Amino acid sequence: MKRRTFLAQSAAAGTVLASGLATRAMAADPFKVGYIYVGAVGDGGWNYQHDQARLAMEKHFDGKVKTSIIENVPEGADAERALTQLALAGNKLIYATSFGFMDAVIATAKKFPQVKFEHATGYKLAPNVSTYSARFYQGRYVIGTIAGRMTKTNKIGYIGAFPIPEVIRGINAAYIAAKKVNPDVEMKIVWAYTWGDPGKEADAAQALIDAGVDVLMQHTDSTAPMAKAKAAGIVAFGQASDMAQYKPTPRISAIIDNWTPYYIDRTKAAMDGSWKSEAVWYGIGEGMVKIGEITDAVPADVKAEALKIKDEIAKGTLKPFTGPLNKQDGSVWLKDGESADDGTLAGMNFYVEGIKSDIPK
Amino acid sequence: MMIGGIDIVVLIATLMVASTPILLAATGELVAEKSGVLNLGVEGMMIMGAICGFIAAVHTDSPALGFLAAAAGGIAMSLIFALLTQLLLSNQVATGLALTLFGLGLSSLVGQGYNGVKPPPSPDVNLGPLEQIPVIGDILFRHDWMVYVSLGLVAATWAVLRYTRAGLILRAVGENHDAAHALGYRVRLVRTLALAYGGACAGLGGAYISLVRVPQWSDGMTAGSGWIALAIVVFASWRPWRVLLGAYIFGGVTVLQLRLQAAGIAIPVQLLSMAPYLVTILVLVIMSARRGRAAMGAPASLGRIFHASS
Repeated sequence: MKRRTFLAQSAAAGTVLASGLATRAMAADPFKVGYIYVGAVGDGGWNYQHDQARLAMEKHFDGKVKTSIIENVPEGADAERALTQLALAGNKLIYATSFGFMDAVIATAKKFPQVKFEHATGYKLAPNVSTYSARFYQGRYVIGTIAGRMTKTNKIGYIGAFPIPEVIRGINAAYIAAKKVNPDVEMKIVWAYTWGDPGKEADAAQALIDAGVDVLMQHTDSTAPMAKAKAAGIVAFGQASDMAQYKPTPRISAIIDNWTPYYIDRTKAAMDGSWKSEAVWYGIGEGMVKIGEITDAVPADVKAEALKIKDEIAKGTLKPFTGPLNKQDGSVWLKDGESADDGTLAGMNFYVEGIKSDIPK
Repeated sequence: MMIGGIDIVVLIATLMVASTPILLAATGELVAEKSGVLNLGVEGMMIMGAICGFIAAVHTDSPALGFLAAAAGGIAMSLIFALLTQLLLSNQVATGLALTLFGLGLSSLVGQGYNGVKPPPSPDVNLGPLEQIPVIGDILFRHDWMVYVSLGLVAATWAVLRYTRAGLILRAVGENHDAAHALGYRVRLVRTLALAYGGACAGLGGAYISLVRVPQWSDGMTAGSGWIALAIVVFASWRPWRVLLGAYIFGGVTVLQLRLQAAGIAIPVQLLSMAPYLVTILVLVIMSARRGRAAMGAPASLGRIFHASS
């Protein structure tokens, strides 16, 4: 649904509210839930995955929940306008699905204390604002292992969106895992400064390919790097969504964000009044992060190794950030056997030892 | 040839590919503006070209037909603009902005269901022995044919504007539409044709993104290229060869900064990203400081509404 149709719908909703206040309490009225997306739902990645979960959630409640979306909402002041629009349209629960919506969510939540807000990947809470995120880095650790085993040039390419903790965490996790199985591995990192711009992501992928990488990871939203990887005959990993259309190569596995159970749980809680403000950070164990099918392009022993690591992470016996680990400057970060706490992970702003490039300031 | 870990030959070859969409769009916009019409809808025409070309190429399995459809899509958009601004005398700036918004929305509507679809590949032109020339062969003679089409269009635009009667009439209409009208030239027809050419070029540029550079379809994938094309026309002070230079500088900086990162060279990315815009502003300041509006090369009637009665 585009903004235009949304406006028409919210206008219609406004009329209904004004003309039929008496019917408001009727049980037949669906519970209204809104979503804002930073990109297009057709990106095949991050936003697509959120939208699929929204549709699954709506289906689950079978007519008792009605959702509206606004896509392509810029991170910044415009987000507050979009959120306000959804709140005024009568949505009782609003999901804001990108990090950069954080301040807009907090500001809008103050204006609408009766509306519940759920902000993905952020860290600011309020009485009516919860945050939720997935431990993507656990998935990165699994595919980092595959990457370390698969590279022949010992160069892994990584397309980052913005130098924020979430992305840096993923780079570190992938590098640690790759280096563990392949000590000669080198990570080449390119920042695209966008979550989704297919042209730029393709250029970034091409720059990395020309620099000699033969395994490509991305932390941007579109499938453009996949297309470049396919043309170059190298391998890559699906990001956020399965990106199954690129199986069996270049896509040899994927990190999948599985938001559906969470959306069902939280919407249910908001409907029955048990909703509380909390910060949720689920990983492979809780099923919020899934590893997409590892294709036959990966040797069987590597596949088995990756699946074993996945199981250990799910059980909690393996923690990706466990010492001995040094920071990039050589100073000790984690002693032998020590694991990083969530606070440090959430604010991670440094590379681990061995990564050569610098984080842009 | 390696400098600082970056292969210069590959860099130049890829910057030609990265610049082709904005080069095409800017060449078209240059002609439209030379006729005195400011069309801010380049982005909208590009994205419509991107999706029309993509759909046509997917269904016919022919990139060539895809590009033709892209040009047609761009022309259709430009004719809407021509109808509104030339016949109904609407404000060009507002109409252009509306055209961009319209194109972005319509393209994502039309493009529903084409996400994740793979278009037929556009192979590189086989230029035989030319490809074997060291350095130059690698840079110039190993591209898909749209790169050569874009260069050919720049040359043709230059030649037509400079040496032909049609070019003279077009410039006359752009410089002084009242005088051109008094001489018996059909101002609205000339402008409509110029706009259609601009639409066709923008459509080709958009399709180059969806069929060659990325190649796939996703909503809003032109991501501001149309606006860069508009800036390039000003940067080039309305001269075709400078458009080529400007497009390659803009495209080159984008490619260069990504490659610098891949090579591990620490350079403030933000500085490089804004460099082309800073240069544009600088060029404008220098040129306008010297000899006024005419020296910049802006057509005198640019953006002014023409009505035969006035």
